[in-house]
Amino acid sequence: MMNFKTILTTLALVIGTSGVAVAADAHSTPHIEKQSWSFAGIFGTYDQNQLQRGFQVFREVCASCHGARLIAFRNLQEEGGPSFSEEQVKALAAEYEVDDATADGGRRKAVPADRWPSPFATEQDARDANGGALPPDFSVLAKARGVTDAFPFWVFNYFTGYSEGGPDYIHALLNGYHEEVPESAPHNSDGTPFDLAEGKHYNDYFPGHAIGMAPPLSDGLVTYVAAEGEAEVPQTLDQYSQDVAAYMMWMAEPHLAGRKQTGFVVLLFLIGFSALMYLTKRRIWQGIEH
Amino acid sequence: MSEHSTYTPGTGIEKWLDERLPIIRFSKEHLMDFPTPKNLNYWWTFGAILVMCLGIQIVTGVILAMHYTPNVAMAFDSVEHIRRDVNGGRMIQSFHAVGASMFFAAVYIHIFRGMYFGSYKAPREILWILGVLIFVLMMATAFMGYVLPWGQMSGWAATVITNIFAAIPVIGTPLLELLRGGFSVGNPTLNRFFSLHYLLPFVIAAVVALHIWALHVPGNNNPVGVDVKDSRDTLPFHPYYTMKDAFGMVLFLIPFCWFAFFAPDILGHPDNYIQFNSQVTPAHIVPEWYFLPFYAILRAIDFNILFIDSKLGGVIFFGGSIVILFFLPWLDTAKTRSGNFRPMFKWFYWIFVVNFIALTYLGAAPAEGIYVILAKISTAYYFLHFLFILPILGRIETPRPLPTSISESVLSKKHA
Repeated sequence: MMNFKTILTTLALVIGTSGVAVAADAHSTPHIEKQSWSFAGIFGTYDQNQLQRGFQVFREVCASCHGARLIAFRNLQEEGGPSFSEEQVKALAAEYEVDDATADGGRRKAVPADRWPSPFATEQDARDANGGALPPDFSVLAKARGVTDAFPFWVFNYFTGYSEGGPDYIHALLNGYHEEVPESAPHNSDGTPFDLAEGKHYNDYFPGHAIGMAPPLSDGLVTYVAAEGEAEVPQTLDQYSQDVAAYMMWMAEPHLAGRKQTGFVVLLFLIGFSALMYLTKRRIWQGIEH
Repeated sequence: MSEHSTYTPGTGIEKWLDERLPIIRFSKEHLMDFPTPKNLNYWWTFGAILVMCLGIQIVTGVILAMHYTPNVAMAFDSVEHIRRDVNGGRMIQSFHAVGASMFFAAVYIHIFRGMYFGSYKAPREILWILGVLIFVLMMATAFMGYVLPWGQMSGWAATVITNIFAAIPVIGTPLLELLRGGFSVGNPTLNRFFSLHYLLPFVIAAVVALHIWALHVPGNNNPVGVDVKDSRDTLPFHPYYTMKDAFGMVLFLIPFCWFAFFAPDILGHPDNYIQFNSQVTPAHIVPEWYFLPFYAILRAIDFNILFIDSKLGGVIFFGGSIVILFFLPWLDTAKTRSGNFRPMFKWFYWIFVVNFIALTYLGAAPAEGIYVILAKISTAYYFLHFLFILPILGRIETPRPLPTSISESVLSKKHA
């Protein structure tokens, strides 16, 4: 059985080395705290209430500049997501107008099958409205960002299946603003203090620290309505950013819960099946010197 | 080893078929009765695991191609469409993407197993060469597949890797333009990569068939490395090794499924979830982990060697690091096959493994400071191992005495 151990160690080693790709681009940003997400780990599922709150933050704040072109209204009623009712989604869609060449005047009310309308008609319009910066589309943004761990910590991520770097980064970014350039800011290469360009904002976690987006969220900005019999959710920046990061993760990975549930059954089966296979193998090889 | 056929057609139909296309006889000889050394350990199950990997890639790939659109404007979204809207698409896509990594993990184990046990030595040189050829085809296929989702890393990998060919004198630039289908990476690049990505797996399958044919002529090597003497040394492939391999495959599916279901994106780069933009260069362009050792070698040559400039030098070393594998059967001069009986080789083997892992690490590290120097040392050692250490070891090393036969070694292990 020693061979088994060596194979497993080697496998771990080989897989472990693959992480260096991500590990290597650590830069001078401060350490990003890992949050506790309901969708982390092998039993992870989205918290429906959190997604609904996150959707509210997205809709009332983010969506004025950021699109989500891969999301259709119908997705919002799917199982494992915010799971709004069919009526809610229909009513929501009807509040928006979309382009349709076949409709009267080229515009019509949206239906659940339509995609989330972009806030700007073209990329140039978006840049013009935002001081030259392009607000990225939210559809897969939560997976296009990550957190880099120093060696050897990233090795453990393969065994814990850590895939929440995106939401962790988004949460940190939304909480990482400073009104003025802080003491901790890196100096320019010639030793002069960090200088922030006109129209930019200082953020601890944004690469290069100068971000075009003004702090989008603040305490009390969005009013949450507590469901009957449920505890009230704090209306704080920290809570908003958790909720919207969770919602963005759902947009990027809508089938996460189903995938993990299936995965659990599959792994359980494989472990049981491999035990049976091992016993069968031993039985067949019984009495053979090898 | 097909001379001792035990097949006798049982029915009239089988007899009729046997006289026209002896496919049942062939299967029985090669898939069931094939005499296989009885002492193969679990490292030998990776051959079967690799066949399974190729199968998974082809099946998932064919399905993905039904839903994918190879057009620069639509490719990125069509992969998302597969993940979001195709039934089971999220799993098919993640099995294919994770499958590429698992395929390479298995192939590296398979190659390093062959290196330790001297499986490339006479009479198995052709078997080894075909294996290296499969490895090269796998790299080409994986690279082109990685371009298809058309994310930032896809597009920039295509840019950087096709650029390598431009360093070749005279034909470099025309070759570059032929690969890209234009002056820069664009829609023609994506289209030809898609076409070739669909074609190459079948070429791999054909070379795998040759690889197995070349295996079945001399038969398997084994952990002791002595030739099979008589039938006491072997077992029929079925049921002994079909069972052992099947167990190995199921076991291998456990980490495979762990990644596919619980962390399908952990082996990739987050930047690949940003659509390719030729105007925006990512902070670090890193290839997939399985290319990193060779990428480190490519980058390590950042100086001119006589009249060869650093770019061409990098390409020569990069190509050389793979081409050298074809010559391994003749570079290793030792007659003893198994590393178990070579006291000095054993040490150098493990140093080589550590050095290879170091190259992997350095391939991902930024090309600055200490990493640059370490990459040069590691690259030098990689070549030193093949060009000096192996040829010299064979001459100065005294191997431990070999058992006279496989059965003897099995029995002595039993009593030890």
